[in-house]
This record gives sequence, structure tokens and C-alpha cells, in this order.
Amino acid sequence: MRGASFMNRTLPILTVLLAILVIWYAAAIGMNASWQTRLNDRANLVDVPFTEFAMQTWAQDRPVLPAPHQVVGEIWNATVALEITSKRSLAYHGWITLSSTLLGFVLGTALGVGLAVIIVHNEAANRSLMPWIIASQTIPILAIAPMVVVGLGSIGVTGTVPRALISMYLSFFPVVVGMVKGLRSPEAIQLDLMRTYDATSWQTFWKLRWPAAMPMLFASMKVGIAISLIGAVVSELSNAAGGGLGVRLLTGSYNGQTIQIWAALFIAAALAAVLVMIVGFAERMVNARMGARA
Amino acid sequence: MSQLQYFLALVAGGLSAAAFALSFATPLEQGLLLKAFLGLGFLSLIRFYVPLGLWADGAFALLGAVALLTSVGVFDPTPSFFWIALVVAWLFAWLFVERLSKTLAPRLSDNGGLGLLIPVVFGAALLVIWEVVTRGANIPPVLLPAPSMIAAQLVNSTPILWADFVQTFIKSVLPGYAIGCLSGLIVAILVDRSPFLKAGLLPIGNFMSALPIIGIAPIMVMWFGFDWQSKAAVVVAMTFFPMLVNTVAGLNASSIIERDLMRTYAAGYWQTLMKLRLPAAGPFIFNALKINSTLALIGAIVAEFFGTPVVGMGFRISTGVGRLAIDLVWAEIAVAAVAGSAFYGVIALIERGVTFWHPSVRGGRA
Repeated sequence: MRGASFMNRTLPILTVLLAILVIWYAAAIGMNASWQTRLNDRANLVDVPFTEFAMQTWAQDRPVLPAPHQVVGEIWNATVALEITSKRSLAYHGWITLSSTLLGFVLGTALGVGLAVIIVHNEAANRSLMPWIIASQTIPILAIAPMVVVGLGSIGVTGTVPRALISMYLSFFPVVVGMVKGLRSPEAIQLDLMRTYDATSWQTFWKLRWPAAMPMLFASMKVGIAISLIGAVVSELSNAAGGGLGVRLLTGSYNGQTIQIWAALFIAAALAAVLVMIVGFAERMVNARMGARA
Repeated sequence: MSQLQYFLALVAGGLSAAAFALSFATPLEQGLLLKAFLGLGFLSLIRFYVPLGLWADGAFALLGAVALLTSVGVFDPTPSFFWIALVVAWLFAWLFVERLSKTLAPRLSDNGGLGLLIPVVFGAALLVIWEVVTRGANIPPVLLPAPSMIAAQLVNSTPILWADFVQTFIKSVLPGYAIGCLSGLIVAILVDRSPFLKAGLLPIGNFMSALPIIGIAPIMVMWFGFDWQSKAAVVVAMTFFPMLVNTVAGLNASSIIERDLMRTYAAGYWQTLMKLRLPAAGPFIFNALKINSTLALIGAIVAEFFGTPVVGMGFRISTGVGRLAIDLVWAEIAVAAVAGSAFYGVIALIERGVTFWHPSVRGGRA
């Protein structure tokens, strides 16, 4: 069984990853070639053998496309090899991003669940709130995130909170939509059964609706935490002194430090992956506690 | 009347009475309409003896909104009864909506224009509160401009807004969206033929669509230059993975028995694909198209923060913040919101026409 799951699942993924790696190295040669040729011309190096030329393109200071090992090296240098409090440490910047992501995610989930409870229990709220909640997401809040941070800063709200508010705004939406669906998922026959038990609406909520909504809640939270991180990264763009992975992206972009950009990007991606995995882990724990078959 | 309605009516009437009493501290002719509204609100307490129709509450709310908007600049400083009146007007609007939705509830499917009235009332109430609070409390426009200022800016700087819209939406978003969605669709169809590739690509595609792809904006700006090409490239990268994942899932949506039927007809791969599997994947593909419609706009605007020619919505927003021209920024946001909603709406309309057979559409909700 184990071998079969390796053949059917892990092997294809590994193959695709390997293919991506090969394509990446090949692309790095192609994209860095013109600059390397110019460098070699200036240094009067002629007839460089191809293997050596390839090695050169993978070792440039500011490559158009850095090779994977350069990015890994930069991540290593900027996390393990540096003091954690250093302004150049990616661990330091990652923590800034992570803290506002988590705060925003918690606030967003709480707001989303609260709104969903109101919407499910009140028809007027359903009709008046739901269309505007959907419309609110077509406002590119991500685009005005830096402005919101500046605006809140001018009335004295600075630090993690304004960035967390952006994350909250982005992450509450999937939670509302998922929770409304989830809280409504009990069928009429189950609700009728609760009525025959003479259950109050409070009891119906905690004993029927809430457990029934759990799968939807976790599915939404996985989406929510990923976009919380995006919100945190983008909201950092306006305040270069505040730090965070978004600031690393921006300064890297201004200074042409491609390797720095890629390293920050990979840390952000890894952070998102770990956060989604943690939510998935919590989901399995809750499912097991509720007696569902995993 | 339900408990909530009873409570709302009682509080609205009581607060009007209190505010009405407080309003005598100012000269009578100041904000006469507002005082009339409060007096009428006080009179609405007779509903506990004589029933009032729900349209009466709607009229109260409307009168309150008009009274508040006309008298917002009259008082200086803004007296407390003005703020109470704002709460009262909001309570009447709530009561109206509450009663309207109760009357509509039994007729779930067919409520025509009346069902639309509820979100419209909510949106209008939000705008009135925004306008009245920003002007009444003298909130500096740098922080939050009043809706009327934003509307004025929309009219005054139409050429600028139009140029930005063309640069960002027509030049960056639309080509990027088209290329990203189309390539996602094609790759999904190619991948579909090989179970091995599908098993390898799908988890990675799922993973990629959860990652902050927007972060590649600075890289794309370096690769493709400052103009719209780099923004379109960001949009392509952002829209590709949702399309890939959804289409692959959709291509599996047709059941085995349906595919077997196609085989008994001696249909080839392409015939099965075009006549059965792609149509069956329609709802999934449209789901991706809808998700991507908002992603694309966001991607293009954020990418403009990393370098742009001196035109474009993202450029205008970031420089507008720097120059403290916040009303222009909000006008730009309004344009973006309308463009985004319209884009989404168009996709949803097409979806309704194309996947008319699907249960989620048949119910009348897309």
C-alpha cells in the first residue's frame, strides 16, 4: 500500500519538481547569457567553454534570474548566518510579516464567523449585508493597503495593527462565505428533529449548526490564512522603516538585488505553506475529535 | 411585530423624543427639517396603538437622510441631538429593511425589485453616514474625504482617471487575464491526457495558488520593463494556477457512465472532450474566471507600485497618497471598484448563459 502511494503520489510530484529545477537552471543560463557575454568581452575572455560559461551565469552578483542554489545560499546567509535582531536578517523581517499575518487572520476569522452567525439568523442582515460583502471584495483593498497604513499612521495607529487590519479585511471574506454555507448545511429534517426535541435556537446552533459548519470553516481558513499573508506583505510596501518581507521585496527592487528579492519571495512562500499546513493539521485534529473518518 | 422590530421601534421613537427635546436649545429656524423629522419620529410611537405600514418607516428613514444631509453644515459645533438624529435615521432604515425582508420571506423566489431594495437601502445608509460623519465631525479630508468630495473629484479629473483606466485595465489587466486563463486552460487539457503528470502538477498547482504570487511583481518589472508588459506578466502568473487547478478538477466532473456512453457512440478523445467534458467543466472554469477577474485587477495595480510610467491606477494611488491628494485616490478606488464589479458581473452573466443547465444557476443565483 505504502509503495503504491509512493508510485502514485510522491514520485510524480518529485518528477515535476525535478523538471522545474532543470528548466530553472537552463533558463538561468539563457537569461543571464547576454550580460555574461558582455562581461567576458570586457575581460577579453574568448572561447569560454560552455560548462564554464554555464557556471559563470549561475554565479553572477545581480543575475536576471538567479540560480536556485544562489537563492538557497542567500536564504541561509540571511537567516542562520546572521544575528536574528539584524536588520538584514530575513528571520527578523519574516517575524514582522508573520505577526501581522496571524493577528489579521485571528481578527478576520472572528469577524467572519460573527457576521456569518448574524447572517444565518437574520433574514434582513442576509439580504442587506451579503451583496455588500461580495462587492467589498471587488474594491482592490490590496491596492490601497499602503494608503490605509499611512492614513492610520497619521492618527497615531502604527506598528502591527494597521497591517493586521488589511489582513483582516482580506481574510474575513472567505470565512463569511464558507461559514454561511456551513451553518446552513444542516438539512431541514435535522432542524426539524431539533425542533421535536424542543431545542432552543441557541442549542440548535451549538449542537447542530456549529459542528456541521466545521469542514467549511477549515476550508475557508486555509484560503484566509494564505491571503492574510499576502495582505501583510503588500501593506508593508508603504513603510520602509517598518520592516517585513514586503520591504525586502521593495528595497531589492529599487537596488536591483535580484537574489534578495527571490530569497524574500521564497521565505514568504514557505511561510504561507507552513501556515496552511498548520491549519490543515488543526483540521485533522478537530475531525478526529468529532469522530469523522479522516 | 417580532421582538427585534418591537425593540427597534421603541428605541427609535424614544431617541427621537429625547433628541427632539434637546433640539429646543438651538434657535428654532436652524435645521428646521431635522427638528421636524425628530418630531415625527417621536410621533411614530403611536404605532403601539395604531399600526404603521412598513412604507411609513421607509419614509421616515428617507426624510431623516435628507434632513441630516441638508443640515450638516448649519450647526457649529455639531450639537448632540444631531448625532442622535443620525442614529434614529439609521434605526428607521433598519426597521424598514427588517419589516420588508419579513414580508418578502414567504415569497422566496419571486420578489423582483423589492428584494434589490434591501441592499440598496443598506448601501445608501452607509453613504449617508459616511457623508454626515465626515462633515459633521470635521474629519480632515486628508484622512477620509466625504463621498461628495470624491464624486466631485470623479467629475473634475475624468481625463486623468480615464488615462489611468486605459493603462491599467485595458492594457495590463485584459491581455494578462486572457493569456493567463487561456494558457491555464490549455495546460490543463494537455495535462489531462497523462495521469502521471496530473498527479505531479496538481498538488504543485494547488500549492502555487496559495502562495503570495503577487510578490513576483518586482521581478517582472525587472524582466519586462516599467510599462504595461510587466503588469500583464504578473497578471498572467496570478491567473494561471487557479485556472489550471479548476479546469483539471472540472475535466473530471463528467461521470464515468457518461464517458462510457460516449465510447459506445465511438466518439474519439477530442469529440468526448468538446461535446462532454469541457461543457461539464463549465462551472469550474467559470469559477476560475470569476476568481481571476478580481485577482487580475489587484495584481496589475500592486505591480505598479514597483515601478511604472507616469500613468496608471497604481501609480496614481501611490503618488496621490504621497501628495496627500486623498480625494483623487478615493476617486481612483471608486473607478477600480466599479471596473472590478463590472468585470465580475460580465463574467457572471456569461456564466449564466453558458452553464444554464447547472443547479447553481437554475436556482436563479449565480
